[in-house]
Order: sequence, then C-alpha cells, then structure tokens
Amino acid sequence: MSDDHESMTTDTPVANLPWPERFRELAKQAEDEQLKAFYEAGCVAPETPLKDVPFVGVDFETTGLDANKHSIVSIGVVPFTIDRVQLGGSRHWLVKPQLPLHQTSITIHGITHTDIDKAPDLDDILGEFLGCLAGRIPVVHYRNIERPFLNVALKWRIGQEIRFPVIDTMAIESHLHPRRQPNWWQRFRGQQAISIRLADSRLRYGLPHYPPHNALVDALASAELLMAQVQHHFSPETPIGDLWL
Amino acid sequence: MQAELIEIRNHLAQHPPFDDMPEETLDRIVSGIEVAYFRAGTDILKLGERNAYLHYIRSGAVEMYRRTGELYNRLGEGEIFGQYGLLMSKTVRFPVKAIEDSLVYLIPDEIFRYLWENDDSFTDFVEVEDRSRLRSALSRREKSNQPMTARVTRLISRGPVTAPNTVRLQEAARIMTEQGVSALLLMDESGDSPKLSGIITDRDLRTRALSEALPSETPISDIMTDGLITTSSNSFIFEAMLTMLHNNVHHLPVMDGDKIRGVIALSDIVKHESQSSLYLVSNIYHQQDVKGLKRLSKEVPNTFVRMVREDANSHMIGSAMAGIGRSFSQRLLELGEEKLGPPPVPYCFMALGSMARDEQLVVTDQDNAMVLDDSFDPAKHDEYFLALAKFVSDGLAECGYTYCTGDIMATNQKWRQPLRVWKEYFADWIENPKAEALLNSNIFFDLDGIFGRTEYTEELKGFIAERASNSQRFLAMLARNALNRTPPLGFFRTFVMEESGKQAKTFNLKRRGTAPVSDLIRVHSLACASKAQNTFNRLKAIGDTKLIPEDGVDNLRDAFEFIAIVRIRHQALAIEAGREPDNNVRPEDLSPFERSHLKDAFQVVTQAQKFLKFRYHAQVARNV
Repeated sequence: MSDDHESMTTDTPVANLPWPERFRELAKQAEDEQLKAFYEAGCVAPETPLKDVPFVGVDFETTGLDANKHSIVSIGVVPFTIDRVQLGGSRHWLVKPQLPLHQTSITIHGITHTDIDKAPDLDDILGEFLGCLAGRIPVVHYRNIERPFLNVALKWRIGQEIRFPVIDTMAIESHLHPRRQPNWWQRFRGQQAISIRLADSRLRYGLPHYPPHNALVDALASAELLMAQVQHHFSPETPIGDLWL
Repeated sequence: MQAELIEIRNHLAQHPPFDDMPEETLDRIVSGIEVAYFRAGTDILKLGERNAYLHYIRSGAVEMYRRTGELYNRLGEGEIFGQYGLLMSKTVRFPVKAIEDSLVYLIPDEIFRYLWENDDSFTDFVEVEDRSRLRSALSRREKSNQPMTARVTRLISRGPVTAPNTVRLQEAARIMTEQGVSALLLMDESGDSPKLSGIITDRDLRTRALSEALPSETPISDIMTDGLITTSSNSFIFEAMLTMLHNNVHHLPVMDGDKIRGVIALSDIVKHESQSSLYLVSNIYHQQDVKGLKRLSKEVPNTFVRMVREDANSHMIGSAMAGIGRSFSQRLLELGEEKLGPPPVPYCFMALGSMARDEQLVVTDQDNAMVLDDSFDPAKHDEYFLALAKFVSDGLAECGYTYCTGDIMATNQKWRQPLRVWKEYFADWIENPKAEALLNSNIFFDLDGIFGRTEYTEELKGFIAERASNSQRFLAMLARNALNRTPPLGFFRTFVMEESGKQAKTFNLKRRGTAPVSDLIRVHSLACASKAQNTFNRLKAIGDTKLIPEDGVDNLRDAFEFIAIVRIRHQALAIEAGREPDNNVRPEDLSPFERSHLKDAFQVVTQAQKFLKFRYHAQVARNV
C-alpha cells in the first residue's frame, strides 16, 4: 500500500522524517496561519499505544471521485478515543463547491442546490475544520478521498498542500481479508465476495446499519468501525505507528 | 445536537422510556451521548466499579447478573441498563457482560439526573428494579382511576359504633343519636371476646319499633337483624354495591377477618359514585322471563367496554363480569323454580372456573354443576333437577354464555350429584391423582356456590383444602400440569408466536398468559389449605403462609394484573371496532410500553414456574 500523496512532495528530507518531527518542520514552512496552527498542535509519536491516541473520524461528501474535477459538498468530524466517541464534539458543515454540482450527487447526498447556495465557502470554515483535526489522528474509510480533496482545495486557496498520517479503516479491512474473491470451489459452494465497503464491514462487527451518504454519520460510522477493529484484531497497546498510513 | 445525528435520535425515540419525550429533550440526550463498542464476551460493567452512565443498547445483546453471579436479565436492542447503580451510589450493582458484539450509547449522569428530575415517565421507567418498574406502571394506572378501583375502606370515615346486644330499645336509640349514626352494631358479649351478632338501623327503629309502638324497654335483640350480611375490607366499592342491591340492605359492616372496621351505608356509595355500571345488574333481577334476560345480555359487552374505558383494574372487571354472570344464573334459577315448583330436596348451584374465581371476561362459556342434598333419590328427584339444570343452561346460552364444550354443566348427570358423591369425586382426584384426568378436572378446583344451599359448596371447599394440602402426590401432579403452558417468551426476550393457522403471528394471552398464572397459584393455594378462589385472594393467602417469598407474591400479583389488563384491553378494542373479541394478540398492536412490561411480566411467570417445579418436585409433562 504505497502512499501516492507522499510521492507528490518535493522536499524529500522532510518527507523522510518521522511524523512528530515532520509536523515541527512543516509548521516552520507553513505560510498560512491556519495551517501553521494545525502543525503546531503536533502529532503523537509512532510508538504511542492506541489507547492514548486522540482520534477524529472524518468524512467528506463530494460531487465525484476525482479531486481535480470534483469538489467537496459537506464535511463531518467526530472526535473519539479508542474506547469512546463523543457525539457532543461532532461537527458538520455544508460547503459551497467550486465546481458545478452534478445532478447525480444531488440524488446521492440529498443535498440540494438551495442548500448549497446558502452554504459557506470552504475558506470560511477551513480554520474551524483544521482546528477539529489539530492534535488528533484522522480516521477515514478509504483515504483516497479525504487527503487528495483537501490538498486540491488547499492548493487552490492557500497555495500549499497538507500532510498528516491517517488511519484508513478500509485499508485495515483489506489487510484482514487479502483474498476477497472466492475461489472456484467457494463460488461453487455459493460463497460471496467479501466486501470491504463501510456498511458491509460494519456488519461483520455487529455494528448497526446507519443510513449512508451523510458526512457526519459516515465519520461516526468509521470511528465505530475502528473501535470494533481494534477490539477484534489488535489491542489498546498496539502502537499507532503500526496502523497509520 | 447536529441535525445529522437525527438517526440516533430516531432510534431512541422508538424505545421506552424515550418514546414519549419531546424532540428538544432527545436532542439534549443525543448531544451528550458517548458511543462505546464491546466485543462479545467482554465485561461492560464490573461489580463495585464506578459507573456514571445510563447505558442504551444500540445493537447487540448483554447479560446482567446478580451479585451471586446468577443470570438476572438478558437485554437487547433499545433496552437500557446501569440505572440501578446511578440511582444509588454510582457503583455497579448488577454486573453486565456483552454476549454479542454490542454498540452501546452512554448517557452521562448529569443528563440522567436532569431526566430523572424533569420527566415523570422516565423516572417511573427506570425505577430501582425491573419488577418495581412493572409495579409503578400499574400504580400509575390506578392513580388515575380511583372511583372504579377504590375499596370499601375508603368510605369508612369512623370506627364502628357498637353496643352490647343486651341493651334496650331506648338506650340503642340514644347511642345512635349521640353518635350521629344511622346504624348500630350489636355485640354478643357472652363469650371470651365480643362477637358481632346483629345490626339495627334508623329504618328498623321506624318500621319495627315506632310503628308497632313497642315499649322503650324492649330488648334490642328482639328487633335487630341477625344473620348479618357483611363485606370484607378488601372488597371494592362496586362489590359492596352489588351485595347491598342483591340483599336489599342499606348498611354493610366491613370486616377484616373477625374484626369490625366500620359500617358503610348505601348513601355513602351513592355519594361516592354514579350508578352507571350497576344499572345492568339491578335490572337483571327485574326481568320476568328468558326473553327479557336475553335482551339485557346485549348490554354486557358495553358495560365491559365502559369499565375498561374508566380504567378499572382487572380484579374489578373480572369480579363485575362474574357478578353479572352470577346474577343471570341466579335469576334463571329463580325463574326456573317459579316454573317447575320448589325443589323436592335442597340443592346448591355451583359456578366453576373463571366465574368462581371472579375472573370472568366477556368471551366465556358456562361451567356449572349442582350439589344436591344427600337425601336425593335419583328415581324420584332427578327429573326435576335435570329440568331445572336444562332451563338454566339453555337460558344462559340464550344470554351469550355458550354451552361448555367439555360438558361441564349441571345438565350432565355426572355433575348433578349429592354432596356425598361430590366428596367421593374430590377424594378420588386428590388421592389417586392421574395427570391426564386432573387436566380435565382442574376446573372443579375453582368452585363457588351461587344459589341455594351455598354451604354445600363451602363444605366442599373445606374438604378440598384439607385433603389437597396433605397429598404431595396430588400437588406434584397438579404442579406438573400447571407447567404445561408456558409464557410466550423466547430467548432474548422475544415473543414466541403461534406458528400456523388463523392465529399465526399472534400469541394467546389467556392460554399462555393468565391461565398459566392462575394454574400455578392454584397449586400453591391448595398446598397452603386456602379456601380462596380468586387469584388475588389466593395470592394473599399464600403470602400469609410465607410459602413463597414476599416479593415473589408481589411480583406475581403485578404480573398477573398486567397480563390480565392487556388481555382485557385487547378484547375491549375488538368490541369497540365491532369485531369478535378473542385472546390472540399481535405484538405490533401493543404499545412499546405494553410490550416492554409484558416481557417483564412473562419473565416473572417463567421464574414462578421454575419455583413451582422445584417446590413440588414436578416433572414436566410433554407439551399439550
């Protein structure tokens, strides 16, 4: 699982640093105050056990899958630790997309043009959003949405990208189920392919069905999924460095 | 609360005690929720640990244990736990373990406190224990309906005014005037302790003394009414009214065993409540033929529905319906005797089953028998009694009390026998118990004399009480039969439905609800030699003997009341909707509140059945 976004960075010496040091360097280089503040909040050391890590579940709903062609329409965040999610700290924003809102994404997210017209620009909430992430390890289901979309958005607005480690609950599922397609014998026995989609993964851990396609509910769903994964396959003592990407 | 969390709010809103809360309150709860995940097999709450959260199961299942480690309860989606400790010392009193992977919403103590102080139904729901949760559900119902469920003792404003039965007329009148009472109780003081021997009322003074110009020195015992009709202190006002009307008396001494609690007058009752439901019963006695009775019987379902609407409890409704059924039988017997002439030998007409237990509802068949005097000679007398039995049975059928399919009716020669033969029957059932035979004769162990020489039935009750309590084999067999029908509660507190036929997807609240309870209580009642017939009265007698622990008695009483009242409401709804009332309930027709409490009640019954099995060494028979 190579991280395609690290390869995008040009200043290689910094990229080779462990995350806490790298955050300190990036803080120095950051031109934008909000971004600077984010890095200055720091990053836990890779050997920190999971039970001591502050996490934040993050989800973006977007107008499509390509960060260069589509934009963010809503963001949900929910802070948690490995044994508790605090709903009281959860936030949800609708943001005005820079690119036209596709008819298809209206039907998926249930967000209308009227909602969007009233929504703030990502600029206006960026500080608040980065504040929610500061000092916490973001947890997402499928990391190739949140980081690239955020990078494109930041590049457009402040001319700089953002770097941080993430926990990807989908990558964990994929690691746990390396051979998801049934072989001919299993197919013969009627076995289905193993799905690592959020809703299907949750089912395996006895987590309830939540209606999909709402950024906050999906952020919560990923947070709960990580709690379940840790209890089933890892331990509260597992170092965060084993899981982040 | 973030509006996006509406999904969580909606889930809460589907489950008691959250289902009646306003949205603002639910939003407040959701904003405070912390979410935790517990893998199957992990401890959620450990005994003695601190706990500052009310736990709400979003998915999965947990088990709750007693201090001793014994399983106490099993909970699933939408149910709560952890409240006991919160209410007491914030330490865990009932440890809890996840038995499936579970997602739990934790509601912090400060929100719990807020709800506890501001939301009455929440407070009632999370009452210290499950069982008391059931009880508070019942008492909340009762609070709202005092008129129908009030007991006679409510009408007693003062202690009894008494005088020795040796006083003279003048003295009696003076006491009544001084004390300002309309009735004076007269005591026989010749024995060790004074005994109630008679009553004299204002009306008696007027009609028997003044109008006859009796001398003031006349001994009061010459004109007092003896052979007193009394009522028990735990009877309902409604029952006292029936007694007064039926016996045409206006005063009733209220007795607590041998002790006199006071006297109530008809005027007290009239003041206390309107005569609405009574109209029917008093009218029964005015009917001159079967046709009139039949016409009147059409009113019975309406009376039933009215009582349910007025929120009467099951005891109240059961005894009123049994009272109405009795009145129909009594009037038919009077009419029968008018038609056929006086009986050649004395007899007693006996009600069996639910009518004898005072637990009749609106859907019922007739179960009755005749106990004849021992001088009965079949050749000479049976023609009369057969004709009388047939007259009554046909009349009852006309009035909606269908013929008993098991032929347990006085028209069956087997159940129209002299007292001596009845004793042989009971002796045989008790001393040579056979499970199969006992199943059919169960009904005879709920018996009540309703007309004629009721003392014959009393004698049988005494006979049964004495013999039954001494026959372990009989009790074991009866207990075994009582375990045949179990509450419709499966693993995980889900309702078990009938599988096929017209009743598919329903469960029978009589067969699997009230009947198992009255069956098991009958066993205990016979074991402690009680002569009580009504399930609640039997429970009281059982409680007095400490045969079952006190809270066991309370729990059973609450469970029985709750199951019975749900069954009653189900029937009342059917009548109102113009459907044929039955006992088959679909879970989705119950409110979440009823569902939840019914499960509590069924659990009590299951526990009680286990105890019965253990107590009487009953082997479980195959299901029938």
